[in-house]
Amino acid sequence: MSKLNTSSSELDLDRPNIEDYLPSGSIQEPHGTLRLRDLLDISPTLTEAAGAIVDDSFTRCFKSNPPEPWNWNIYLFPLWCLGVVVRYGLLFPLRVLVLTIGWIIFLSCYFPVHFLLKGHDKLRKKLERGLVELICSFFVASWTGVVKYHGPRPSIRPKQIFVANHTSMIDFVVLEQMTAFAVIMQKHPGWVGLLQSTILESLGCIWFNRSESKDREIVARKLREHVHGADNNPLLVFPEGTCVNNHYTVMFKKGAFELGCTVCPIAIKYNKIFVDAFWNSRKQSFTTHLLQLMTSWAVVCDVWYLEPQNLKPGETPIEFAERVRDIISVRAGLKKVPWDGYLKYSRPSPKHRERKQQSFAESVLRRLEER
Amino acid sequence: MGSASSMLTQYDIEEVQEHCNHLFTQQEIVSLYKRFCQLDRNAKGFISADEFLSVPEFAMNPLSQRLLKMVDGLNFKDFVAFLSAFSAKATVPQKIEIIFKVYDSDCNGKVTFNDLNEVLHDLTGSFMSEKQRKEVLSQLLHEAGYTKESSLLLHDFIKIMEHSGLKMEVEIPED
Repeated sequence: MSKLNTSSSELDLDRPNIEDYLPSGSIQEPHGTLRLRDLLDISPTLTEAAGAIVDDSFTRCFKSNPPEPWNWNIYLFPLWCLGVVVRYGLLFPLRVLVLTIGWIIFLSCYFPVHFLLKGHDKLRKKLERGLVELICSFFVASWTGVVKYHGPRPSIRPKQIFVANHTSMIDFVVLEQMTAFAVIMQKHPGWVGLLQSTILESLGCIWFNRSESKDREIVARKLREHVHGADNNPLLVFPEGTCVNNHYTVMFKKGAFELGCTVCPIAIKYNKIFVDAFWNSRKQSFTTHLLQLMTSWAVVCDVWYLEPQNLKPGETPIEFAERVRDIISVRAGLKKVPWDGYLKYSRPSPKHRERKQQSFAESVLRRLEER
Repeated sequence: MGSASSMLTQYDIEEVQEHCNHLFTQQEIVSLYKRFCQLDRNAKGFISADEFLSVPEFAMNPLSQRLLKMVDGLNFKDFVAFLSAFSAKATVPQKIEIIFKVYDSDCNGKVTFNDLNEVLHDLTGSFMSEKQRKEVLSQLLHEAGYTKESSLLLHDFIKIMEHSGLKMEVEIPED
């Protein structure tokens, strides 16, 4: 892990050696005297490139696997049609009603509490927490969420941070209905952004902007301030930085792991039996995603609150992040891949290519000397 | 096959199989089609350079730019034909031919000293100086009976690499 050189690119400091994870079987150490054919033979590199074209672990993380159609039969098809009628005609209106009632209750309680209790901060915060948990429960009910929580519920203590794997923005709602976390999220446009800047702001949520590089230092500072504050809501972070399809985990960003506090891992696993909860932000907007959930039978998931972890002596934050990712992946049955989730939005840094080039160049020069 | 359709008919599969000289099985062609549709995000019928580069493992490869010139904008039939050199059933001369094509970037059938130098530059980056590269290449060319001025043809490549135990295979996932 200490093989990382200090390089100018910021993104690189965030992750451990990819080469430790990627299959390196193709680069065998060549033996014997250096011949022309050794230089002409670019087959290992070409094989890797062709292999990546044919299949790669990064694209697999963001593939939404459509469920197997089961309505291909003469009697299954009418059953399915009946199901569609029930879901769209009966359940959906009921759910919209439930959600509307929930919002009415929430808004009619929230604004009075927020403005009238301005002086009594402790009570106000307590009520606001309760109200947010309430509206999240209404949300979960609106997709008939069947959520099983395992493990001790999060306690409100200072110097602790919660991390979880990320599949969709509903992860936040599922966790929030149990505990009013303060979350660190990407600032979104539209109605989500409106919710973010009004209600979620009062919980102590922190916003960031992926596309701004300077943003990272500001966010790191805000994180630190929040965690060390005694009275703040427990902080929830999704270190993957992007939504993954709940079969894999991508690399955890080290930001949450170098704050000098206890990290409490949370594992979330959705059961795809009725609907796939993965929000493929490339394919659908959040509204479409919500509507899809609201017209399905149910959203079934398991949430495990796992044992809090501390930085071990001699462990770097990156190693710590990987260790916690391992704990979460094992619990939720997810496979680990060595990719940075942000590669969804940007190209890999030239450093990886440089490493390959360096090892090839050194091998050629060494064999030349041996002659 | 239509660019927007995501279903291959039996006729389509056989046509593609014919085009790649039966180096892939029908099952492999179906799997490759799934992959092609996955990479071709807006069902244009070909994969753009940007879409290839969105695969980080490909973008990180030192030869990605050279390969990109060869695969950019290919339709599915030609895409499979390109990948057929990496099939386990492909012969060694067929594999050497694709290596030759990677070197011969101007497609004139000749690989010059300059072409060799450029590929070596791609593979070694800034970790070998221009002088070192040229020295190594001249020395090895000379030992193999060529000079700096010789242009290598495909049959030279085959002669040089025929017995080197070339292994260049890619497995198509069943999925």
